[in-house]
Amino acid sequence: MTAEPTSTAAEKARMVGAGVIEKHADDVDRNGRFPSEAVTAIKENRLLSIMLPRELGGEDASLAEVAELCSIFSQHCAATAMIFAMHQIKLASLAAHGLKSPWHRAFMERIAKEQLLLASATTEAGIGGNLRNSICAVQVNGPTFDLVKEASVISYGTEADAILVTARRHPDAAPSDQVMVAVLKDQYRLEKTSDWDTLGMRGTCSDGFRLTTSAPVEQIFPQPFAEIAAQSMLADSHLLWSSVWFGIAAAAVTRAQSFVRAEARKNPGSPPPGALRLAEAISMLQGVKANIVAGLRRFEVAKRSEDDLMSLGFAVAMNNVKVGVSQTVVQVVNHALLICGILGYKNNTPYSLGRHLRDAHSAALMISNDRILGNTSNLLLAHKHNTGLLDSP
Amino acid sequence: MHFLNEGKHLTTTGDRIRTILNDHGKLSVDAATLADGADLYEAGLSSFATVQLMLALEDAFDVEIPERLLNRRTFESIAAIAGVIGSLTNTPRTT
Repeated sequence: MTAEPTSTAAEKARMVGAGVIEKHADDVDRNGRFPSEAVTAIKENRLLSIMLPRELGGEDASLAEVAELCSIFSQHCAATAMIFAMHQIKLASLAAHGLKSPWHRAFMERIAKEQLLLASATTEAGIGGNLRNSICAVQVNGPTFDLVKEASVISYGTEADAILVTARRHPDAAPSDQVMVAVLKDQYRLEKTSDWDTLGMRGTCSDGFRLTTSAPVEQIFPQPFAEIAAQSMLADSHLLWSSVWFGIAAAAVTRAQSFVRAEARKNPGSPPPGALRLAEAISMLQGVKANIVAGLRRFEVAKRSEDDLMSLGFAVAMNNVKVGVSQTVVQVVNHALLICGILGYKNNTPYSLGRHLRDAHSAALMISNDRILGNTSNLLLAHKHNTGLLDSP
Repeated sequence: MHFLNEGKHLTTTGDRIRTILNDHGKLSVDAATLADGADLYEAGLSSFATVQLMLALEDAFDVEIPERLLNRRTFESIAAIAGVIGSLTNTPRTT
């Protein structure tokens, strides 16, 4: 299914969302399978590469435009939207840190031309969830490197066309002295070590793997991973994930509103019992939206200055988006469930909310909020928060 | 900090920074073995430990490191830290 070539990315996304993605969402969830129909449609509409520069085959789309797409997809299938978001986060790292490297430029051109899907191997067994530490190390042998990683999670690993992997710079490097490498499907081998059978977000297929790879040294990103993480990856992740979570909550509120309106039509003149709670849910949803939009603007401003991007205030602001949004979306979906009652609790009704609630609960765990709050509390020992209402946080 | 009270006026800023690094930097090597210009991030300094290091430096040298200097460059080496401390030691602390 492809939209008119003149359609905007958001128009294409709405068409793919309401069509293919919606159609397969429940099956993807029930069977915990990769949303292959959805990803094929996204590729056919060339939406995987919109954030790349035009000169490399992309459309120069802003992060805000990509965030809107994440939200649109998520209103139909959160797992599909999260796969799309994770791919875009990797792409943003490439576009922000790979433009000066001939290999990475050529790789980006290939991504646009062939609509390659990127996955990520940043978590590792034994690091306790802190992606700024690695145990595995890149071993350089002349023109190539070898790397073996016990990756506790590689979302859609077997379906991806390339993987971005973090590792220590060399076998004697400190755990935090990391690099990132991009490796192509024909350069790595994946042996599955754990299954992704979860409460929600079941279609992301985030299995664990032992990744074994060997590739030319040109594929190592020139900048240290510490800078990639601080200058693009953390902000991109928090903002795009939050956009996916907003989409879950927005879809739940849409169902709740339909329910309340149907009730109101049955008994004109007497407000339905859920009406007040709907007003409360909409108020919370507006707070979520404002948080994300302010975060997207903050990032746009910070991108103009490396010092701002690396500042404590910026890191605190992005952490706050993630923690705030992930906490509130569960409350919003829960409100929607209370409004829809038993029809929301049952599967296969127009008001079913089980999938939304299960998917929303992943938000607080996907990088644990406790870990992020711990990081923020450390930063607040140095950073003085800004009390100006209109100043950046 | 104990080393401030030992009357060893020959103790250099670099040595004091090395002691603080060993106490708070969570490095993977002994800071005494590091040259002034050695990359502290390569020695295992994390962004988390940087904040603890900053607090210990402020206490030991009785300075306040302004937020605009709380960046990766300030803490990249012992020489860089010493440079920042040197530029601040005549500036009284405001908090």
